[in-house]
Amino acid sequence: MAEFNTSIKEQGAVSIINLKGYLDAHTAPILENNFVDLIDKNRFNIVVDFKELAYISSAGLGVFMAYIEKIRESSGDIKLSGMNEKVFNIFDLLGFPLLYEIFKSETEAVQKFTEK
Amino acid sequence: MKTKKLKVKSKTENLSLIRDFVSTAAINAGIQPDVVENIILAVDEACTNIIKHAYESFPDGELIIKTKSTLSRFIVSITDYGKSFEPKMIPEPDLQKYYRQKRVGGLGMYLMKTLMDDVKYVSVPGKYNEVLLSKNIKMAQTNAR
Repeated sequence: MAEFNTSIKEQGAVSIINLKGYLDAHTAPILENNFVDLIDKNRFNIVVDFKELAYISSAGLGVFMAYIEKIRESSGDIKLSGMNEKVFNIFDLLGFPLLYEIFKSETEAVQKFTEK
Repeated sequence: MKTKKLKVKSKTENLSLIRDFVSTAAINAGIQPDVVENIILAVDEACTNIIKHAYESFPDGELIIKTKSTLSRFIVSITDYGKSFEPKMIPEPDLQKYYRQKRVGGLGMYLMKTLMDDVKYVSVPGKYNEVLLSKNIKMAQTNAR
């Protein structure tokens, strides 16, 4: 069974979701629940860090699409960081870099929120 | 020609088993690691579509995954007995449109077509559906002199 888990930490007004393992159609609901929880708590400044993510399929990519508009309407954003080349290539193939800001490191992504 | 077969139920929890099966077969066929990754993703997308659409997430359907490798091609065929499917009905994905509609669809099929050299669908309504994913195998450069 594919291992996937997330952990969430708060850094001031920014919430950081760290992804670990394999994000596919089976594990995507775990990440969906994270977004639902954060939105419920009015935490709209979200960084998703991919440093420990080994794999993503379109079911995982779909999660980002599902919540981004709601979050931006609430003056927040989802910023992405730490993708390995393989994961970035999949995002790139589907045109995601046009819709999301992608940073090398989690720190840079968090900074982008604090400087605005 | 080497062939391998895996039969699993239509549950998303089996996706990791399917990925491992395809990965082993592709590595054994001598395919380069980055290409193996692309094949795994294409197969995952095909199986996810079957589970969600052909079987409408009903968990007792059957998926049969077969790999076949020749000197020039690596082929994965996936058979199911769910609802048949008309690939022409699936539009090319448009991310800007998804953004407005808050939904995604067709991304998996687009990835399959992009990552593989050939994607074919055979559907015999009421009997079975088969997706054939093929990747051309590039001959490894030989250092023999």
